Amino acid sequence: MIHISKRVDFTLFKGRAAGLNRFVGWGVRLIAVLLSLVVSGLLIYAITRLNPLKVYGVMANGVFGTPRRTWAWLRDLALLLCISVGLAPAFKMRFWNIGAEGQVLVGGIATAACMIFLGSTSIPSVLLLVIMACAAMAAGAVWGVVPAVFKAKWNTNETLFTLMMNYIAIQLTLFFIPKWEHPKGSNTVGLINAVTNRGWITPIVSADAISKMDPNAWTTALVKNTVGQSYFINLLIVLVITVCMYFYLCRSKHGYEIAVVGQSENTARYAAMNVKKVIIRSMTLSGAICGLGGFLAVAGADHTISTATAGGRGFVAIIVAWLAKFNTFVMVLISAMLVFLEKGAVAIASEFSLSNDVSNIITGIILFFILGSEFFINYEIKFSKRSGKGA
Amino acid sequence: MNQFVTQAITLITTAISYGTVIMYGSLGEILTEKSGHLNLGVPGIMYLGGIGGLVGSFIYEMNTANPIPAVCLIIALLSAIICSVLGGLIYSFLTITLRANQNVTGLTLTILGSGVANFFGGSLSKLAGGVGQISVAVTSSAFRATQHLTDGLGAVDRLLFNYGFMVYLAIVIAVLMSFFMNRTSKGLNLRAVGENPATADAAGINVTRYKYLATCTGAAISGLGGLYYVMDYINGTWANDGNIEALGWLAVALVIFATWKPLRAIWGAFLFGALYWLYNYIPGLTRSSQQIFKMLPYVVTIIVLITVSLRHKKEDQPPSSLGLSYFREDR
Repeated sequence: MIHISKRVDFTLFKGRAAGLNRFVGWGVRLIAVLLSLVVSGLLIYAITRLNPLKVYGVMANGVFGTPRRTWAWLRDLALLLCISVGLAPAFKMRFWNIGAEGQVLVGGIATAACMIFLGSTSIPSVLLLVIMACAAMAAGAVWGVVPAVFKAKWNTNETLFTLMMNYIAIQLTLFFIPKWEHPKGSNTVGLINAVTNRGWITPIVSADAISKMDPNAWTTALVKNTVGQSYFINLLIVLVITVCMYFYLCRSKHGYEIAVVGQSENTARYAAMNVKKVIIRSMTLSGAICGLGGFLAVAGADHTISTATAGGRGFVAIIVAWLAKFNTFVMVLISAMLVFLEKGAVAIASEFSLSNDVSNIITGIILFFILGSEFFINYEIKFSKRSGKGA
Repeated sequence: MNQFVTQAITLITTAISYGTVIMYGSLGEILTEKSGHLNLGVPGIMYLGGIGGLVGSFIYEMNTANPIPAVCLIIALLSAIICSVLGGLIYSFLTITLRANQNVTGLTLTILGSGVANFFGGSLSKLAGGVGQISVAVTSSAFRATQHLTDGLGAVDRLLFNYGFMVYLAIVIAVLMSFFMNRTSKGLNLRAVGENPATADAAGINVTRYKYLATCTGAAISGLGGLYYVMDYINGTWANDGNIEALGWLAVALVIFATWKPLRAIWGAFLFGALYWLYNYIPGLTRSSQQIFKMLPYVVTIIVLITVSLRHKKEDQPPSSLGLSYFREDR
């Protein structure tokens, strides 16, 4: 007879995996990832008849083969991580913010609007970037706070509300694209300020400055591959947010309130916390960081706006945030893995002329395995010899 | 005036065929949600149903000299149902047995479903030996066959009899589902499971079985939406344009709009279809402002969601345990 019981864990604040020893928990997850890689390998073999190990080699080469590819990986990692970190306060509060996709998009729209309308003014570049970032955060915050207000005041279902807000944001993007399209009739916005690069996040050390440095010194190579890269700033911003969010959630009064509201609203009320205020405040923060993700995507990576600006990352980030159990440092690992898989699968696809969608299949399989493994972390299974009765 | 009538008829027929895809998706989701499981994998399941039916009939048509339409239909329906139930089974196993989070599992299923479908849709012809664009002409025309009363030109014929059989099937399923949920004891049990599984469990209802059956049957119904879209709406081919996903999310929206009632989903689906295509019939719209019209179904859904939560009418609320996993030993 099988008996299943819940592992009990009373740590509320530090957000560690419930029950099991933390390391055993991560061991279980690691086994799940390895199993899923075996299953995906078998699947790839079944479809392509290629040696799965060779396929994984191609993946690694496709992601880390050149510094350029590695930076593309870091860029996407930064964006996914930014959105996941943005979701952390909402999820820790058990507020299902499924609307990250929309919050990123409106952030992107706000950024693009600033680039287009303020690009020709004489505002200093740094100030322009600050204005853009603020506009993006404001837009994302508005998108996030509307469902939160309704949830706080009338208990409107936030999962479905935020989900719908995504599609309104997508339609809004499609509304602006023909207005801003360039060249006319292309139905795409094209690179914004392609000539002046106004509102683009540019490297701290420009390519000119690097070319003046001693080409043989090791420092030159170091500078070229770190601060000389424009994506370095994206990464830096996101890492700062990640660290801040960790301490905000685990070491601040606000973070404690979020944790209590997430565990039990009644307890929070009993402890004289203003639940409505906590919900609205946390969702404003959540939406603002997701909006900043839109800023990074538009100003720091794409320099254009389209419905692919968020590209489903808003949904993937939900999974990242949930699997990391709201620990922002774990989110770094999970998003690194997911972006690696995505980039790697695209590399496989182009190498063996398959469709890019293979990346979604592999991502799906791995996530299912990790999701399934949570069961063995949260529940204890006991096999007893008695048959028939029991349980 | 005559032109107005013609336009109205075109709008209604478009709305009905487009709405049917949404209706299948949301009927399946209503059944699933009634058991307390919010399956955000509907778009993925619709993808699986669509590609399953396409691959099944593609293999049959390619290997048979003279494909028989009736066999085509059965193969397409069966393979669509099998594929979508498989998707539903993954979701059920993870959320019911392993008690994984429903939102996250559903979203993952959507990622997986779209990956599988677009992968096979894109690579099918290559894997099958480079036959070019996939087309299943016989199956598609079997799905699109219409039974007109007269010559098919009158207004009644065009409004009511101008569709493939799956449009009528959707309405039949909706009516049957409504009867099942509101007039049978099994339906009452299912609603009890969705409202309060602990109480249902105490009353001797097998909660796990109801949840599994509702989720998998729901997946089968949702998957038919994908099949209808592929075989009838786009004439038996594959388009990697993300339309099925958009329709899937509209289906999730329709569940809310219909306040979890199958009969309301019928006219709701047609209304969604009409709202979505309305921009075609309004003069003077630019490419920009068309998009605002396409926003309407979602805006309407949000308004319904808010109204429902404001009015606190008992019969319009979501199932109370929606989204929560049930573990018997929980307090």
